[in-house]
Amino acid sequence: MLYDIFVDPFVQMYQMPDFFLQVLWEGFVAGILYALIALGFVLIFKASGVFNFAQGIMVVFAGLTLVGLHENGVPAFLALILTIGVMGVLAYGIERVVMRPLVNQPDIILLMATIGLTYFLIGFGELIFGGEPKRMITEELGLPTGSTAFEFGERGLVILQHIDIAAAVIAILMVTALGIFFNKTRIGRALRAVADDHQAALSVGISLNQIWAIVWFAAGLVALATGIMWGARSDVSFALEIIAFKALPVLILGGFTSIPGAIIGGLIIGFGEKIAELYWGGLVGGGIESWFAYIIALIFLLFRPQGLFGEKIIERV
Amino acid sequence: MKHLKTWSFAAALAVGVTAVGIAPQPVQAQDSNYVPLLTYRTGPFAGSGIFIANGMNDYLQMLNERDGGIGGVPIEIEECETSYNAQKGVECYESTKGKGALVYNPYSTGITLQLIPKASVDKIPVLSVGYGLSAAAIGNVFPWVFNAPTTYWDGASVVVKYIGEQEGGMENLQGKKIGYIFLDAGFGREPIPLLEQLAETYGFELLQYPVPVAQMQSQSSQWLNVRRDRPDYMVMWGWGAMNPTAIKEAAKIRFPMEKFIGVWWSAGEDDAGAAGQDAAGYKAMNFSGVGTDFPAIQDIKTYLVDTGKTQTDEEMLGTTLYNRGVLNSVIIAEGIRTAQELTGKKVINGEDMRMGLEALNLTEERLAELGLSGFSYPIQITCEDHAGSHPVFIQEWDGERFVKISDWIEPMSDVVRPLLEAAAADYSEKNAPWPERSEACAQ
Repeated sequence: MLYDIFVDPFVQMYQMPDFFLQVLWEGFVAGILYALIALGFVLIFKASGVFNFAQGIMVVFAGLTLVGLHENGVPAFLALILTIGVMGVLAYGIERVVMRPLVNQPDIILLMATIGLTYFLIGFGELIFGGEPKRMITEELGLPTGSTAFEFGERGLVILQHIDIAAAVIAILMVTALGIFFNKTRIGRALRAVADDHQAALSVGISLNQIWAIVWFAAGLVALATGIMWGARSDVSFALEIIAFKALPVLILGGFTSIPGAIIGGLIIGFGEKIAELYWGGLVGGGIESWFAYIIALIFLLFRPQGLFGEKIIERV
Repeated sequence: MKHLKTWSFAAALAVGVTAVGIAPQPVQAQDSNYVPLLTYRTGPFAGSGIFIANGMNDYLQMLNERDGGIGGVPIEIEECETSYNAQKGVECYESTKGKGALVYNPYSTGITLQLIPKASVDKIPVLSVGYGLSAAAIGNVFPWVFNAPTTYWDGASVVVKYIGEQEGGMENLQGKKIGYIFLDAGFGREPIPLLEQLAETYGFELLQYPVPVAQMQSQSSQWLNVRRDRPDYMVMWGWGAMNPTAIKEAAKIRFPMEKFIGVWWSAGEDDAGAAGQDAAGYKAMNFSGVGTDFPAIQDIKTYLVDTGKTQTDEEMLGTTLYNRGVLNSVIIAEGIRTAQELTGKKVINGEDMRMGLEALNLTEERLAELGLSGFSYPIQITCEDHAGSHPVFIQEWDGERFVKISDWIEPMSDVVRPLLEAAAADYSEKNAPWPERSEACAQ
């Protein structure tokens, strides 16, 4: 037993380096995709302190809008632009109808409001698009398909899916763009001011409403990118919403307010769960991936409750 | 102004509540037979559930439109949305059973397991067509549960038998590795005892790859395990979003598709179609006809699709899962018809329906009369055998559609039946005091 836990996994890694590389690659891709979901949560939490329960359904809604428009004869790129517009309208609507009337309400009220928003979007989405899964328009959007295999030795093989490479590139570009937006632009600085202190930001003339609409729109764009990437790996259906909960351990790990934290947290969870499942999962019958991420998060919570990059909050009484 | 708003809101609420209060509630007409359908058009499994729901609904609705119902009595159909959730399924059951429900089709093994103990108490049969508790085939222990035309255990035995045939004989299974990837829920776990038994009997190694519901669309770990373990064959018990993801992942790791076989719930065109040509060679079991070349399906088109009286698109007609829903309703309708003949009553109740199902004999001739010649293997239910352990066939995805590639394959009933009896006895023991069968045999 001790051999199976402490020795055998490492022997396997050594004996099958190609397989280990493949596991690392899959962990990296999963991590990047988890990070994309977590990013949506972080954006909204940073600006408003709201844990946006609706981020998962926003991923589904964005994906379905894109595919639904294309199914109705709209060319792929126009459908993409229109979907961005829809996410903008949604952001504006959420700010006007949900957020604005609830300013200064306790956090739990805002959380409940996003739960309500989740159910609204589920019903609204099903009403418009139906419940059937839809095929993501990967090729129509010019995203790569197929794979490249690297063969070495007698049985060595590492397969890289082109869509996974594209997902990684897009995620890195999005993170870079968001980083520049938040650090180098006037709106970005205003957003950080709002995140630091609502009252102080208001007192210097920053429009809270405008900032919130922008942040929800940015989260909508992240949701769209996530919907395209996850949709290409499987299909676009309401089942995708469940995946969003994978962002929870990522957020606990990286901190709810840190964009680099979402990326690093996503990668730790991605690598961690794949390596654990592939090399230790068999010892307990497999299927540990679904809860292993929470174990990592729990351990982090014990030692660093604010996450890797989260702000340490000290409340004096 | 604020008061005005409050009063307006209160007035609107009052009007709303009153409107709900006086709105006509669905009440079972005295001259109709009430069939609630537990369906799921929403949630993670809607992708499969919508096809089944439409097929079930359409066949019964078509009988209403074309024949005025069954035996001159219309069928009152009411759908209740479960989202494939056991708790919601039980809520649907409780909220509809008082309306004179004849039979329940849970379309979820999880919900079926919840309803089985209730069936004998409420005197309403549970019909789980090709799913649910395999042991419920033993009619003497489960007089109120029917799982025709076959059970998961029978299906699992067919897969192993088919693999044996591909290998040139069952003796050649010795030392082979068969991987089993399954939805980690009641449905997917159901055939494991039988597969383990067969692994012991024939000497193959059974490798298990559970897919939790939350991981349905993220299966790379399971398939990396498959790549490392190098099983000779893969068998899948998948549903909903799990199916297309699994087929895509199998293609991704270059698993030979011709050695990948799914249960009849992993046989949807959308499941294999997600991977397109990469899925060519993928196989699945099936027990219901595919296509629209059946007069009954054409009647659905004429009476419902062409007249806009259904939610079904013309493209959905004839697909594997849609036709499965139709077969489900054929069994319901023939159960009602048989019950009417046995009791001489036009409007029947759950007890009559149980008798009708137990005496069901869907012969080739009867299928032809229904406009469904060759749609299904003849189905006969007996008092002792509520499943019938009917044969199934294998279909293969050619890159664009499924093509039937085998004859009807008989399950290994000699192996399965004793195990079903043992499992039924075990169930009744664990759920003691399980009621002794008191219902007379209807045949």
